[in-house]
Amino acid sequence: MGFFLETLFGGLMTGMLYALVALGFVLIFKASGVFNFAQGAMVLFAALAMARFSEWIPGWLGMAPGVLSVLLAIVVSILIMVGVAWLIERLALRHLVNQEPITLLMATLGIAYLLDGFGPMIFGSAVYSINVGMPKDPVFILEGMFEGGVLVSLEDFYAAGIAAALVAALTVFFQFTKTGRALRAVADDHQAAQSIGIPLARMWVIVWSVAGVVALVVGIIWGSKLGVQYSLSLVALKALPVVILGGLTSLPGAIIGGLIIGVGEKLSEVYLGPMIGGGIENWFAYGLALALLLVRPQGLFGEKIIDRV
Amino acid sequence: MNTIATEKIAAGARQTGAEGQFDSSSGAKKIGDVILDVQNISLRFGGVKALTDISFNVREHEIRSIIGPNGAGKSSMLNCINGVYTPQEGSITFRGQTFSHMNSRQVAEMGVARTFQNLALFKGMSVIDNIMTGRNLKIRSNLLLQALRWGPAEREEIAHREFVEHIIDFLEIQAHRKTPVGQLPYGLQKRVDLGRALAMEPQVLLLDEPMAGMNVEEKQDMSRFILDVNDEFGTTIVLIEHDMGVVMDISDRVVVLDYGKKIGDGTPDEVRGNEDVIRAYLGTSH
Repeated sequence: MGFFLETLFGGLMTGMLYALVALGFVLIFKASGVFNFAQGAMVLFAALAMARFSEWIPGWLGMAPGVLSVLLAIVVSILIMVGVAWLIERLALRHLVNQEPITLLMATLGIAYLLDGFGPMIFGSAVYSINVGMPKDPVFILEGMFEGGVLVSLEDFYAAGIAAALVAALTVFFQFTKTGRALRAVADDHQAAQSIGIPLARMWVIVWSVAGVVALVVGIIWGSKLGVQYSLSLVALKALPVVILGGLTSLPGAIIGGLIIGVGEKLSEVYLGPMIGGGIENWFAYGLALALLLVRPQGLFGEKIIDRV
Repeated sequence: MNTIATEKIAAGARQTGAEGQFDSSSGAKKIGDVILDVQNISLRFGGVKALTDISFNVREHEIRSIIGPNGAGKSSMLNCINGVYTPQEGSITFRGQTFSHMNSRQVAEMGVARTFQNLALFKGMSVIDNIMTGRNLKIRSNLLLQALRWGPAEREEIAHREFVEHIIDFLEIQAHRKTPVGQLPYGLQKRVDLGRALAMEPQVLLLDEPMAGMNVEEKQDMSRFILDVNDEFGTTIVLIEHDMGVVMDISDRVVVLDYGKKIGDGTPDEVRGNEDVIRAYLGTSH
């Protein structure tokens, strides 16, 4: 039982991290109806900025690296991601108002490669580390209930907490504020949104900035686990099945999809793996997403949109 | 029905503290001064002349129709007023201010709302949310307070929501308020489109073929709503419509376009007798 719980917890934590990546996709999709290929590149870009500035800032200001320098680095990185969002709107999206979604999709593909190229050019291409002071030690919990207790990683635990808070905040933002409502409106119809006085340009800058900040959080958490390098932009691939499972338009769906895939992956690897030779973890998520597509193409929580023809 | 609806909406407006035309109770219809004046507008797309030297005006509280055969430039005209297209020549005067081109946001802020020929609703959102988007420009409270649903923000949200409920009552779509609009039948989607425009409390309402593709019953309903809006709120209406019966019945004055040029302007009776108009619609015998 203790071992089962340990696997389950491990799965939930990993799932939360997948969910965090998926969140970036859902945000942009909800607000512009575009699948943002550049999300992975934004994660890498944000993580690079964070890693480098937390190294540079103590040097520039002649201070010892500590909480303050980390906070400063986070602020600078957020500003950089907002700047990136502004440039994306200015140089790409602005010229694509009222175009087909496929055009915007291609634009995000281009943005992905630009960011992949510019990031290392500005910040360097070595492997960097991020240390924001998250505890790395594993701890034992529930020792009273099981012999030996259950081993969990504190770092994952904190990461899961941050992810949950982020989702809660974003859900409230989309459901309760007029900006959230305007963003959902922009996703559905550009022309109609303009006619009721919603400023498209500002909305896009807002949503890409928020997606940039989410990318930064993902970059910091994954980066401090895996190190900041090109492969970080591939964590986005992990989020694709999560997004399909949860539904492209649902923030809570991203979380639940992430948890299902995180847990499913780990449990199937541990309990089914020995029977069929292992390696399930690598394809489990995609298999699950594919199976779900057959039954519910809009995902578990996605909006079902009916087009009359 | 008319007086009841007026009272309800006027009462709602008083409660919400919303200002605008909904305050005044209806009286005899009075056509006022020129509110929108279009002067010598020309619009080209490359070599295609969509509009050539079009001038006409719209008076306050009237129903002004723009008619013409397909491709005459009616929607282009509306898009110029609405700020979607920028005409190469000419100017538009709205409430005494003259513009060489309009900008969508500015137009919305000045109190011009529109509906669309091909529905442009937010399909995934419910009827309420769709109409609430029309209130967006009027919501003033701070983002953080809105998110927390706290104090003044909550009161404001409730007031706007109440206003939207009055519009839903007015358009008789109470039963569908929570339905995603993508699932509604076409005629009702058209009403939601109108509702979203009404939520802006417009002074001028631009309607782009509000009755296209409707059956007779739906057309009657829509005509009734248009007349009620005009009567009770005094909203000035610029209407593009193909159904001649409807246009001649409800319009105060009509502009006729053909191949991007104005060929007629006047009351329905004057237009009906105009040789050029008859020729444009029926063709000429050589």
